[in-house]
Amino acid sequence: MSSPLLKKALVVPITSVRQALLRSNPGMLANAALLSKRGYNSKNGVEMTVRDALNAALEEEMTADEKVYLMGEEVGQYNGAYKVSKGLLDKFGPKRVIDTPITESGFCGLAVGSAFSGLKPVCEFMTWNFAMQAIDQIVNSAAKTHYMSGGNVNCPITFRGPNGAAAGVAAQHSQCFAAWYGSVPGLKVVSPWNSEDAKGLLKAAIRDPNPVVVLENELMYGISFPMSEAALSKDFTIEIGKAKIEKEGSDITLVAHSRAVGFALEAANLLEKEGICKAEVINLRSIRPLDTETIINSVKKTNRLVTVEGGWPQFGVGSEICAQIMESEAFDYLDAPVVRVTGADIPTPYAKNLEDFAFPDVDVISRVIKRSLNKKIGA
Amino acid sequence: MSLSKVAAKAFMPSAVRTFASSAVARDVNITLHPQSFEAYKCDAPSLELTLKKEELVHMYNSMVTMRRMEMASDALYKAKLIRGFCHLCTGQEAVAVGMETALTEKDKIITAYRCHGFTYMRGGSITSILAELLGRKAGISGGKGGSMHMFTPNFFGGNGIVGAQVPLGAGIAFAQKYLGEKAATFALYGDGASNQGQVFEAYNMAKLWDLPCVFVCENNRYGMGTAANRSSANTSYFKRGDYIPGVKVNGMDVLAVHQAVAYAKEWTVSGKGPLLLEMETYRYGGHSMSDPGTTYRTREEIQHMRSNNDPITGLKQRMLDFGVVTEEELKAIDKAARAEVDKAVEESKASPEPDVDQLFTQIYIKGTEVPHIRGREPEEGIRF
Repeated sequence: MSSPLLKKALVVPITSVRQALLRSNPGMLANAALLSKRGYNSKNGVEMTVRDALNAALEEEMTADEKVYLMGEEVGQYNGAYKVSKGLLDKFGPKRVIDTPITESGFCGLAVGSAFSGLKPVCEFMTWNFAMQAIDQIVNSAAKTHYMSGGNVNCPITFRGPNGAAAGVAAQHSQCFAAWYGSVPGLKVVSPWNSEDAKGLLKAAIRDPNPVVVLENELMYGISFPMSEAALSKDFTIEIGKAKIEKEGSDITLVAHSRAVGFALEAANLLEKEGICKAEVINLRSIRPLDTETIINSVKKTNRLVTVEGGWPQFGVGSEICAQIMESEAFDYLDAPVVRVTGADIPTPYAKNLEDFAFPDVDVISRVIKRSLNKKIGA
Repeated sequence: MSLSKVAAKAFMPSAVRTFASSAVARDVNITLHPQSFEAYKCDAPSLELTLKKEELVHMYNSMVTMRRMEMASDALYKAKLIRGFCHLCTGQEAVAVGMETALTEKDKIITAYRCHGFTYMRGGSITSILAELLGRKAGISGGKGGSMHMFTPNFFGGNGIVGAQVPLGAGIAFAQKYLGEKAATFALYGDGASNQGQVFEAYNMAKLWDLPCVFVCENNRYGMGTAANRSSANTSYFKRGDYIPGVKVNGMDVLAVHQAVAYAKEWTVSGKGPLLLEMETYRYGGHSMSDPGTTYRTREEIQHMRSNNDPITGLKQRMLDFGVVTEEELKAIDKAARAEVDKAVEESKASPEPDVDQLFTQIYIKGTEVPHIRGREPEEGIRF
């Protein structure tokens, strides 16, 4: 730390971040709920929190199929660490709502074994951070056995829990696993943003005969979204592997998943109001399979692309989208290089003012959109 | 899945006692060696059992065939026709055979990578096993699994990550209990794997929830080249369940294995919760084909086990002592087993390699695939 060069290197970027902050919209940390809701107008007036949507999905699928059961830490008597499983123990009893010891590797393996043998477990991780204790069972046992057995063994299991950064919980509890599980053949991976996504994707995951990873977000659990009449039905599912265009636009494409969809929408609305651009916002919904077709078609229309995610930059979801665009015909339609907005390449800090700079927000997305609009390949 | 081998007739544990008082002519009353079992927190299984002559012949035939099959695997490996890892069970035959004869097809088994013998006993044909080793289309996993990944409807592999199969086995037992099946799951692991944390995690949940799971430690004395006493602070593996009762079994005696497994099945299915079995056994070969198996143990030790504890020789002698077979009949069985394996070798060699388009199938359940699976470059791969 005594080297003047090193000091300079450390100081300069931080100063520039501060300057960037001063330039930015002071409302950038406004309540995510308000930001997210503004893009939507309910047709029937029914709203539901993401938490209740997940709870409804579990309840409906457990009612429909006796072989579906829920297993995890605190899912029963405690009603779920985040109350997603509230009321399920009372309704379905301890045979089907099973409190486990704190033993991720063990109960995850046990759930996978039961899926090999005819059951359809929903294996809850209190957060995905703890599933690293069990990642071998998810990757080596759940994802690969159908292939290794020449199709003789099936594994219809759903792994779910909150993913990505929460608020003020520091490095070990703030991490996005979309890129990790998204890279594994044999898994399907979904990442819902709003209540309809949460219900439709979780129900689709439980019904899917393959292992599916459901990456929820703790900071979204308490947020209410409108629910369409269709989404309230017990037959509602969302096809895994299909992205949703949340907002149509013509000037630039924003691709996001999970909580970042709300920030992307807010940035798009802000810039549209300012007369700067009409951005198209794509909610990925699924990480694997990735709906590259929807992204490619959008890029062919807008000629510009920005990806937004809470995960780390290197080898992330945005990196994969960049590579897929490079390898597709959409490359020839680009007027500017693709830019990734991601979580910073750091372990998540605890202090509020530091954490604010660790993840994407409306300000940084807006800034990157403007920069992209001002660039032209070859110019 | 084709189950071309005639499934082993399973014997209910209760039958062991029934036969003892029955007057059927070919029943054989057997008294096991007094040191066959050592119990922990439970009574030891009875030393008395009764089997039919056909059952003894079946045990003998299975062990002889299994050994022939592994000898064929050894030769095919040395001829460079088998790739990668290959772990043979020569010397350990009594465990897979004695276990199978005490179980029904409703019972489930899961093990680690030393799985050829179990696959054979659980209905896999010799041809399908050898063809899998050769990476051929006729392989039991279509050539996609290889030596460590073989499965049948009641055998869940064939698992390559040491220890991971134990909670999987507890989960299979969980499903049996959930579905109300009167059956048990036998989750096998070695003395090496016994120190994996998730083995103890599985013990805990199995006991908490009284799962019909029998944890079976195949103690062949060495985890790769590490002797049990260099890996395990407590080498009494049958006592390592702490709150779970256990039985140590002479795993070189197929009759003792049969009796212990029948006991364990009855224990778990009657709702008493899990049980541990430690099978004291020995592998004659190295850990895998690349290990000569002589740097961490002496040739004298191996020779001593072969000469004094061989499971096939042991059963052969008992059958002769019982007077249920003649030397000639046993020789005929040996000859037939050799011919059967030789034929299977030729059949497996004759099988073509898997179709190349199989590269991209069975990653997801048919009809629910992801739309596109990429090959090595954008223009390789398939779309569903």
